[in-house]
Amino acid sequence: MSFVFLAVEAVPEVSFTTDASWILENVWIIPALPALSFLGILFFGKRMPKGGSELGIAAIGAAFLLAVFANVAWLDHRDNFDGEAQSALHGVVDTHGEDHADEEHSEDAAVFSVAVTENVSGEPNDVIVAAEEVELTAATEAAEGEESHPAVAVLKGREWLVNGGVSFAVGTLLDGPAVLMLFVVTLISLLVHVYSTDYVAGDRRYTHFFAFLSLFSASMLFFVLSRSTLQMIMAWELVGVCSFALIGHWWEEKANSDAALKAFLTNRVGDIGLLVGMTILFFSAGGTFDIVTINEMAVAGEISQTALTWAAISLTAAVMSKSGQFILHTWLPDAMAGPTPVSALIHAATMVVAGVFMVARLYPVFYEGYSIPGSSINGLAVIGSVTVVFGGLLAFVQNDIKKVLAYSTVSQLGYMVLALGVGAWTAALFHLFTHAFFKAGLFLGSGSVAHSVHSFDMKKDMGGMRKFMPTTFKTFIVCSVALAGVFPTAGFWSKDEILVGTGGLGVGADKANGSYHLMLIMGLIGAALTGAYMTRAIYLTFFGEFRGHGHPHESGPRITVPLIILSVVALFGGLLNLPPGFLGGSASSPTAWQERFGHFIEPSAAYFPAISHAVPSWWLAIVASVVGLLGPAVAYWYYFVKVDGLAKETGESLTELPNGLTTTNSLAATGHAFLVNKYYLDHLYNDVIVAAVKGPIAKGAYWFNQNVLDKAVDTTGETAVKSGEFIYDKIDQGLIEGAVNGSGFLSNQGGKELRKMQTGKVQQYAALLFAGATILAGIFIIFV
Amino acid sequence: MMLNQFLLLAAALFCIGVYGVLTRRNGVLVLMSVELILNAVNINLVAFGAFQDNVMGDVFAVFVIAVAAAEVGVGLAMVLLMYRNRKSIDFSEVDMLKG
Repeated sequence: MSFVFLAVEAVPEVSFTTDASWILENVWIIPALPALSFLGILFFGKRMPKGGSELGIAAIGAAFLLAVFANVAWLDHRDNFDGEAQSALHGVVDTHGEDHADEEHSEDAAVFSVAVTENVSGEPNDVIVAAEEVELTAATEAAEGEESHPAVAVLKGREWLVNGGVSFAVGTLLDGPAVLMLFVVTLISLLVHVYSTDYVAGDRRYTHFFAFLSLFSASMLFFVLSRSTLQMIMAWELVGVCSFALIGHWWEEKANSDAALKAFLTNRVGDIGLLVGMTILFFSAGGTFDIVTINEMAVAGEISQTALTWAAISLTAAVMSKSGQFILHTWLPDAMAGPTPVSALIHAATMVVAGVFMVARLYPVFYEGYSIPGSSINGLAVIGSVTVVFGGLLAFVQNDIKKVLAYSTVSQLGYMVLALGVGAWTAALFHLFTHAFFKAGLFLGSGSVAHSVHSFDMKKDMGGMRKFMPTTFKTFIVCSVALAGVFPTAGFWSKDEILVGTGGLGVGADKANGSYHLMLIMGLIGAALTGAYMTRAIYLTFFGEFRGHGHPHESGPRITVPLIILSVVALFGGLLNLPPGFLGGSASSPTAWQERFGHFIEPSAAYFPAISHAVPSWWLAIVASVVGLLGPAVAYWYYFVKVDGLAKETGESLTELPNGLTTTNSLAATGHAFLVNKYYLDHLYNDVIVAAVKGPIAKGAYWFNQNVLDKAVDTTGETAVKSGEFIYDKIDQGLIEGAVNGSGFLSNQGGKELRKMQTGKVQQYAALLFAGATILAGIFIIFV
Repeated sequence: MMLNQFLLLAAALFCIGVYGVLTRRNGVLVLMSVELILNAVNINLVAFGAFQDNVMGDVFAVFVIAVAAAEVGVGLAMVLLMYRNRKSIDFSEVDMLKG
């Protein structure tokens, strides 16, 4: 293999434009549609002929069409944009030195950039120096060749309010990852909507369910389009609230409402990290919430390394809870209590990928904060790689088919976080993209089976389902193969890209961002585990003899058609991002159909770090495939050969060997118990942390409360009562009452005397008048 | 000029008028006594006007006469009404405002 050494690409000096095609400028309509349908379903859903589901489907369908238009428009914008772009730090920049007749645009662009630079420029000298540096590098780059075309984001919106010189802007930041997420979220959401019309048909809260599906989609779309960190926090919480409502959809059962609470509360733990991280970023970036500004400053090195590191660590906590990373993943399997379409939506498109997307969106913060390039270990990569293996192991001991898939999601999210941690940004989002489709397919497939047998328990109520549900079986197999990463399905390409992106053990290391050996090994182990637990789930669900009751049958078209669509994408989605050098071209000059996905989504702008891309390695691809097939092979041998053989011998439907390793070997039994108890994490949380809070800590707090705080409060109260009594008796009753009563008595008596003068006789009054006048006249004469 | 004599006359008229107002029970007589008081004032005004060779005193006297005419009109109307209601014009009987 020939490795070509290329210099690290310089960061272009522009970030965004306010001038693009109609759909890119007005992309806010896409989240607005499901948001409106949420309100519509809430108020009028019950009066609609189909309980509001038609409104939800219409809204999300329209949003999907618009998202497709936006993607097409972005294709054109990304490669052919030839106008005026600007950057938060450097103001308006003429990318191609053209004349601009369109004065209106340049005007509002100028106004905007002034607003932004005002926020930023605490020390104007620094900004100027940085600007000069960037201009220099850009000039060198331009001299070397005009290859790198900046992919400027489309930034729209308005200032919502200004308080203390801080601008709160709301609007949309549309670039590669955002436009990709628009497509993924709207497509999965549309399929889930259609699927749900059958799955939750006749449910008592049918209308409510669709209202929240709409709000869930709207929140996630709002999240991916956020242009400020405040907007992100808002959408992040909205997504959390919707997941709470939907996980607890059947809240009459205690377990379900507990699961909803657990999801919400576990997420609160991470949300603290989100708030702290965003606050650090706000202050360290000189008081701005603007994502482009924060990112540009992080790239340009204008935020201190310490601040970035602490922000990255805090935000990692948020990712751990939202994206189900070890050790805050415990809510995710419990979230299976919700209806299956919700699980598909949560795991594929909306809830859990929010954390991954947040990292991708604020990537410069993590890239610089964790010093991703050139190192071999960092917080994000370690959490990701641990999650890959530990999540995958847990999937082996689950009897509930949805829980297998839930732990599989945990494991796959680990891959994404790992990829972000090692600097393989594109690979992470590519895996997000492919995973969304095959995992949604698997969840909807498991829902289809469960819909038929009215249970999720693989060991008790399933088995032999391939005979009853051929379509579900086929799509499930296709999605499982894609999940296991078998060549040439979607999962193979994305997983391979992540593995090569680690740059571990010298594979692809010449252009990778670091050399993450541990992450490569963990990733390979995870690949083996993935295939193995899916083989187990497939055997228990679809092979052997039917162990449930009743007569299962294939689901209707509203369930199977979404499954078929998802499995087709799962099969071929990976071809969007063929590695350079695969079937033509080379690593340095990919052909026109290689790396299209990366080209489509990866920003090459001033707000994105100049990450380098690992060179694909044939060896790694082969090793990963072999390892990835080794796991399923062992599982196949165990289930399809040993268990199935024994079952045929004895005539019983078996799910495990009666004298397997876990019963004969004490070490294996211990490990099994360890896994069944989910690493005792729930015990740690409930029995140690919560129990400590409930027990000794609460008792101590109670004693302190009773003996110190209450005493002080009581003494104060008693003193107040005593002084109050004194004041009442002596001052109020004696002095003030006496004065008031005395004046009343006096005027009463005076009135009694004076009324005698009022005879009513006019002439007496006149006499008094004259007497008075006479006396006054006398005084007048005597004294004047 | 004999100012004092006029002033003494006016004072005498005034005292007679006051006496009449305070002691007469007949409403019409009370009104007539009020006229006496007013005319005592008029005498004063005219006397001082003549004494100072100034027409202002006369002018005020004419005003007082006009106002007195109006006053006596209202007064007689009230006395008339009193008579209609109570068949009497005795002021000592009118004491509904007694406290």
